[in-house]
Amino acid sequence: MSDYAIMLVSTILVNNFVLVQFLGLCPFMGVSNKLETAMGMSLATTFVLTLSSVSSYLVYEWILLPLDLAFLRTISFILVIAVVVQFTEMVVRKTSPLLYRVLGVFLPLITTNCAVLGVALLNINKSHGFVESLFYGFGAAVGFSLVMVFFAAMRERINLSDVPKPFQGAAIGMVTAGFMSLAFMGFAGLV
Amino acid sequence: MPLITLSSPHSAKPTKISTVMGTVLLCMIPGFIALTVFFSYGYLINLALAVVTALLLEAGSLALRKRPIKFFITDLSVVVTAALLAASLPPFAPWWITVVGTATAVLFGKHIFGGMGQNPFNPAMLAYALLLVSFPVQMTTNWPVVDVYVSIGDTLRAIFAGNVVDGWVGATPLDYYKLNLATQTADEILASSLFNGWLPAGWVWVSLAWLAGGLVLIWRRIITWHLPVSMIATLALLSLVFGIDSDSFTPASIHLLAGATMLGAFFIITDPVSCATSNRGKLVFGAGVGVLTYVIRTWGNYPDAIAFATLLMNFAAPFIDHYTKPRTYGHTKAHKGHK
Repeated sequence: MSDYAIMLVSTILVNNFVLVQFLGLCPFMGVSNKLETAMGMSLATTFVLTLSSVSSYLVYEWILLPLDLAFLRTISFILVIAVVVQFTEMVVRKTSPLLYRVLGVFLPLITTNCAVLGVALLNINKSHGFVESLFYGFGAAVGFSLVMVFFAAMRERINLSDVPKPFQGAAIGMVTAGFMSLAFMGFAGLV
Repeated sequence: MPLITLSSPHSAKPTKISTVMGTVLLCMIPGFIALTVFFSYGYLINLALAVVTALLLEAGSLALRKRPIKFFITDLSVVVTAALLAASLPPFAPWWITVVGTATAVLFGKHIFGGMGQNPFNPAMLAYALLLVSFPVQMTTNWPVVDVYVSIGDTLRAIFAGNVVDGWVGATPLDYYKLNLATQTADEILASSLFNGWLPAGWVWVSLAWLAGGLVLIWRRIITWHLPVSMIATLALLSLVFGIDSDSFTPASIHLLAGATMLGAFFIITDPVSCATSNRGKLVFGAGVGVLTYVIRTWGNYPDAIAFATLLMNFAAPFIDHYTKPRTYGHTKAHKGHK
């Protein structure tokens, strides 16, 4: 059990996918202008990431390995992720049309979120089992959501401040993200 | 002679930023005196270096941004930033550490975000964290030892020419205790020359000096009690619970009195811009700093974690504010969340 706890601390804080491994930066910069959309995006990504982490593990173990097709893993994981995203899109559309409209193009874009593919591939690289894949995917998603939501709240505040012209918009967002990444270096050595 | 009858409203004269910042600077005096008396003149030299650099860069960036220079310089906020940085840097660090740190604080911590009152991170701690990550050798090997007198001339040579003698510098108590826990028992560590029984008197006096200054700040109503109390209480609780086993965890006395805890609790996390706004938010913020400080100090790589803990909570502060809004008059419940 403590292994899983360590894995969660590691993926959420120490090796945070966004701020330490720099994966999934596109939605991090793109959807973080408003707290509300950031929360929706975080929920959707959490759902997709956990599900795709597990299902890509299953596809690898039960289909690719028996057929000796491990070299096809990247393309088959992309397929798995696309299916999971499509499924999520349908769920969101039915349950919350408003969130569906707000997320807009970013929901299909989860397909190309490198954190999602990264988690699937890292699971294989680190030879995680089923439960480990589940925790790894979930931890990565919680870490992503945590920094995403905090960053969105902070950006709402920064958008109101008197930032010098050349730094307005995405530039100051990048600078802030860099400083946050600096702060996350403080967690080094925890695990 | 008729008495002047004052009618309501009996409003006091508005508090100016320069009054607030000036009071903070005055309250830092005991701390700087203790640092100088017990440790090194290096703190004063760093202070002078940092203040001069900060004022020059502040004037420069205000001129570049076409803002009124005199108005913003005289609010003294940049001097407070410089003083906080000088109080936290190692006194024998080379001069360029102080200059680079001050430049980071003023340019990247403050002006890139729009200057006074708009910095999302504490500028001094941002600079400290950046220096610690970028120049770990200079930032960890230049801490002074108590009871070793180094003259002003020698200190100047150490800072500007790099002539640091091995006997002047050593590990801080927090660092030393943590490093030696693996091989020694608590009694053996405390019997070492650094601790000499309990705690080196110098470290305790410095902490008490910051505490005294901080209490004056609360008395003058520059800061409220929420932040320091919740941070110190959380840190004390955690270090008492774990510290019972002092052979494997650093005891509470060292956590509270031998590091930057008091400086952090009263002067650093109380930066009104980058901390949480409401009183309940401040309690959450302070408790968060306390927990993170303890976690990073105990299980992380960095022996004194105030800078990282402050930055991490600065990062969370806008979100905390969304969920700790006080109830507004006329509503039965407080408005929570982002809508």
